[in-house]
Amino acid sequence: MTNAAIIQFNNVTKQYDNDPPVLDDVSFEIERGKFYTLLGPSGCGKTTILRLIAGFIEPTNGEIYFNEKKINAIPANKRQVNTVFQDYALFPHLNVFENVAFGLRIKKMKNAEIERKVKEALSFVNLKGYENREIREMSGGQRQRVAIARAIVNEPEVILLDEPLSALDLKLRTEMQYELRELQRRLGITFIFVTHDQEEALAMSDEIFVIDKGKIQQSGTPTDIYDEPINRFVADFIGESNIVDGKMLKDFRVEFVGREFECVDKGFNVNEAVEIIIRPEDLEITTLERGKLQVRVDSQLFRGVHYEISCYDKDGNEWLVHSTKKAAVGSKIGLYFDPEAIHVMRHGETEEEFDRRLETYADVDRHGE
Amino acid sequence: MENKRTRGLYRIPYLLWILLFVVVPILLVLYYSFFDIEGNFSFVNYQKFFTPVYLKMTLSSFWYAFLITAISLLISYPTAYLLTKTRHKQLWLLLIIVPSWINLLLKAYAFIGIFGTYGAANSFLKMIGIGSRQILFTDFSFVFVSVYIFIPFMILPIFNALNELNPTFIDAANDLGASKWTTFRRVIFPLTIDGVKSGCQVTFIPALSLFMLTRLIAGNRVITLGTSIEQHFLVTQDWGMGSTIAVFLIIIMVLIMVVTGTRKRGV
Ligand SMILES: Nc1ncnc2c1ncn2[C@@H]1O[C@H](COP(=O)(O)OP(=O)(O)OP(=O)(O)O)[C@@H](O)[C@H]1O
Ligand SMILES: [Mg+2]
Repeated sequence: MTNAAIIQFNNVTKQYDNDPPVLDDVSFEIERGKFYTLLGPSGCGKTTILRLIAGFIEPTNGEIYFNEKKINAIPANKRQVNTVFQDYALFPHLNVFENVAFGLRIKKMKNAEIERKVKEALSFVNLKGYENREIREMSGGQRQRVAIARAIVNEPEVILLDEPLSALDLKLRTEMQYELRELQRRLGITFIFVTHDQEEALAMSDEIFVIDKGKIQQSGTPTDIYDEPINRFVADFIGESNIVDGKMLKDFRVEFVGREFECVDKGFNVNEAVEIIIRPEDLEITTLERGKLQVRVDSQLFRGVHYEISCYDKDGNEWLVHSTKKAAVGSKIGLYFDPEAIHVMRHGETEEEFDRRLETYADVDRHGE
Repeated sequence: MENKRTRGLYRIPYLLWILLFVVVPILLVLYYSFFDIEGNFSFVNYQKFFTPVYLKMTLSSFWYAFLITAISLLISYPTAYLLTKTRHKQLWLLLIIVPSWINLLLKAYAFIGIFGTYGAANSFLKMIGIGSRQILFTDFSFVFVSVYIFIPFMILPIFNALNELNPTFIDAANDLGASKWTTFRRVIFPLTIDGVKSGCQVTFIPALSLFMLTRLIAGNRVITLGTSIEQHFLVTQDWGMGSTIAVFLIIIMVLIMVVTGTRKRGV
């Protein structure tokens, strides 16, 4: 266990009745003071992880540690964690002030102290002067901030946020993303944020856990995960990608769409079957002669900052290209990419094997210097 | 236009019903209350109501209604709470509701059998060595049977309120450090108070005017406003006094409805 780890899951499994497990042998560490995001499709187990940390449910197997103490059976009201619920769960019979004061009143704090802390927390989330409002008189964005104030006022060590932005419109949502990130920096508290929106995850997090079917598929910084997805699921879930089957001929040589290319990956078996990913923004439109791939432009969408161009090669593989330049629909063009743009994924590789392989590349780089 | 007219037509049965069975009887009751037993117009009935005999009766009615409501509530709230936690809650609820479909008289006679000198209750007392007791025709049996009768009506609204309570509120309270009891006191109970209020209404108001049970189970030892009305109309033939008591009963009911009225609150 590293020193900074505040939460640790050791082989945690959660299973209801005889259904297949909702979480399957999950292990991870959460470091103090960082912004974490749990990202994954609906039903993958994100909320279940939060509920395990908060203490609303107990794991079927495995251990959960908080500050190096096992907390499997510690009830929720005894944990140094507060939650911002997906539907906020603000108490409708209490006004804004009393909602935020709820946790402090339970701690039997003095009234003057409660007053000071609640006011401070409300001004932290830009809700000064709303103390006496009823919850039903608040807008969605304001309710969300009340929910955050209700959590931070208790000065927990960890705040859990379960898709708190999903009910907001796009503009408010972007605004709140900035505010949340900023808030986390100012408070220095560990945030664990749940979302199924990959852009949100990339924009906000220090670390992302990509989850699917009750397993953590990959964890890492946004750039790690975006640039080096471990498998097809992660590549597909995080941003648009072009994925084709290929074959690793030998170190630094890969074959796909019937051609051989130079790449930066090594450590595979000879002629091992692999999957190749190239991100749409790594493909550059060029002349047919210069292009490493020759394709026909099928359709084109204007996306604001770029054009999303869909092309097909002669084998019928689709290639998505993001380009600031327009292409003529129906024309034949060449696509150029650097060796670094090719990401090679091994079939069925675990995260540890994947990390070990990536580390060998770093060694090579260092030796090369 | 067409629409408006048809809507007017649909309303006719309702309005007729209200007129014939609510408005006219109330006016009649009010009218009769101003005649003394000889049939002369006077306020003597109202004066009589404020004499100790009737005031005491009113108070005792209130006291029994209060006892019945309070005991029903004490039993019903935890029961309703447990029901919402069971797996087949609708089935359990049904089992509790079913007895309320059985005629009140039948249930009363059943209890006479159970509580009678040679009934099941006394056999049991004998068996455990306490010996046979007078159970029927006591305050205890009256309150017991009344509570038994009203419990389903108390459970139903409380169960509905608890069932509709968003379970994340309970998680949220726990999350903020509240123990089970604090969660109940500060979140669950306040959020289901409307169910409690309607449960109390449907128990307290009818309990004020119970009269059949007072005779069958309490052996006329308990005299409520309801018993008194019945006696005046059917025995002493003093319709004026009976109506006057009815007028007060109606006023009290309206007051209770206003006081315990449910305020709509929502998010
Ligand atoms: N109490 C329960 N009993 C049985 N199955 C449950 C229970 N709670 C959750 N599940 C199952 O566990 C799985 C994961 O649920 P979870 O709420 O963690 O998903 P999620 O990742 O938060 O999804 P979403 O993005 O839709 O909120 C789902 O398939 C769900 O049906
Ligand atoms: Mg969820």
